[in-house]
Amino acid sequence: MNDLKDIAFKVRQHIIRMSTDGGCFVGASLSAADLIVYLYTKFLNINKDNLDDPNRDYLFLSKGHDVPALYGTFAEICLLEPERLKNHLSVNDHIYWHPNTKIPGIEFHSGSLGHLPSVALGVALDIKMRGGNNRVICIIGDGELNEGSCWEAVLVANAHKLDNLIFVIDRNQFQANMATEDLIPLEPLHDKFTAFGAAVKRIDGHSFEALDEAFSAYPFQQGKLNVVIADTVRGKGLPSIQARADRWFCNFTHDEVESLLKELGGEETTELTSETLVVR
Amino acid sequence: MSYEELLTKTALADERFVVMTAENRALVRNLPGILGKRFIDTGITEQTMVGAAAGLALRGRIPVLHALASFLTMRAFEFVRTDAGIPNLPIKLSSFIPGFLSDGNGPTHQAIEDVSIMRGIPNVTVFAAADEQDLVGMLPAIWASPNPAYVRINTRKTEYNHTPFEIGKAEVIAEGTDVTILTYGLLFEQALIAMQILKDQGLSVGLVNMRSLKPVDEQAILKVAKASKLVVTLEDHFNTGGLYTIVAETLLKHQTMAKVMPYGLDKWFKPALLPEVLAYEGFTGKQIAEKILGYTTNAIQPEIATPEFAE
Repeated sequence: MNDLKDIAFKVRQHIIRMSTDGGCFVGASLSAADLIVYLYTKFLNINKDNLDDPNRDYLFLSKGHDVPALYGTFAEICLLEPERLKNHLSVNDHIYWHPNTKIPGIEFHSGSLGHLPSVALGVALDIKMRGGNNRVICIIGDGELNEGSCWEAVLVANAHKLDNLIFVIDRNQFQANMATEDLIPLEPLHDKFTAFGAAVKRIDGHSFEALDEAFSAYPFQQGKLNVVIADTVRGKGLPSIQARADRWFCNFTHDEVESLLKELGGEETTELTSETLVVR
Repeated sequence: MSYEELLTKTALADERFVVMTAENRALVRNLPGILGKRFIDTGITEQTMVGAAAGLALRGRIPVLHALASFLTMRAFEFVRTDAGIPNLPIKLSSFIPGFLSDGNGPTHQAIEDVSIMRGIPNVTVFAAADEQDLVGMLPAIWASPNPAYVRINTRKTEYNHTPFEIGKAEVIAEGTDVTILTYGLLFEQALIAMQILKDQGLSVGLVNMRSLKPVDEQAILKVAKASKLVVTLEDHFNTGGLYTIVAETLLKHQTMAKVMPYGLDKWFKPALLPEVLAYEGFTGKQIAEKILGYTTNAIQPEIATPEFAE
């Protein structure tokens, strides 16, 4: 799993480099980085050569604002030229705050929360209809679970016994402005999904061993929607912003970025003066 | 041929077709047994149905969706806009009981802004059928198109024999120099009656079935504006955003002047059985003709058929 740690480290570097000159949703990207790296490198049958293959797997990023983690991963698995990450927020490319299908490998655009659980559901339905074995993952934010459409999708997935569909919850404990439990409490989340008919695993979303153990058990139970609640830390890897409600969308100075890159490498924490922007 | 027969025939001939419903089965009662897994009822989840349709379309399917017009367009609006409109996927929306056809249901079920909001979404095309024959005639082209489409379903029967349908083309029923009625959907029936009464009063009357609302037949509108002293936009829809607006936009775009009388709704209509709704709101053929004339006549209003089913 050391190779995964190396890749995830590089992905976090990409994310930090995108958090300036306009910024990005750095906290949410860092929480999802490990699970996205794991899924693309160890679990999913998706690569630059099979994107047109109807038998490949699918990954839908419903919490679209963490797309720097996805683009960072694409850069490391040859789906995107790393140089292009420098085009973040440029009109000359398609790399902005939410994913879009002009970037090969992006299954569907997102940004409006609560949409992709149903889109992923449709793909899973079609695969079942055709008797295929491909797997469909949808990464959903914990705050995103406020949206009723997420739970509609769980109801319908249960009705259609979609055991080829995996909802991965990035349980980083925060939504835009505050802790989930201080606004719209989600716990006991495991019980909620179980009550809706899903087969649920709750794991440490930063442990590749735990991720591997959970996903190796796919399908968790015949005829049931798979749900992985990945306990994560918002801003994981940067102690100066980790698990903080006020570090969501960040637009750091160039000096801060250089300092944060050192902090990621284990050096002392950064003195941050730039404020979190409120864009929602 | 009925709507269901056409859909059955189309889906059996082409594996890409998937029939979906948010538990609105009135038009597709027999399809579960015929289509098996290609019939998907998502329950009362309009937004999830539209999102899932996008997923199915990504895999090469052509989903035909069924729900009550108001919920399909408004509950699921953002899903239609974001998951069908932005990616321009061939998702086909069959909207049940639009406009006055919701008759006794009340304002929750009155889709009388549907044309406005659906045509406001780039890539989404919008159509309305004058009757069952018009509907069955237009759907093959609409379902074969690569775009998302919204269709006001109307399965009522009339005596009128429609000409072949073409996307973007209006159906000119009659040309006239005094007044021309532009209409779509259910009110076509009453417009035919109004046209006859107006003719009996000695007027030269035109009538156009605006069945393709987006793309719209701009040339047909401009021709009518030029030929006719008065243009009436008759619709069971708010005067905001529907045919009246489409005509106004078209005239302005082409810097053309015309005298246009909006004949639509400014508020929700009184719920009752359809014949009474039309009479109460002033939309029977006789009432339409007399409002255009500005005086009453001895004309007799033919009986208006009550819809076969309600939901």
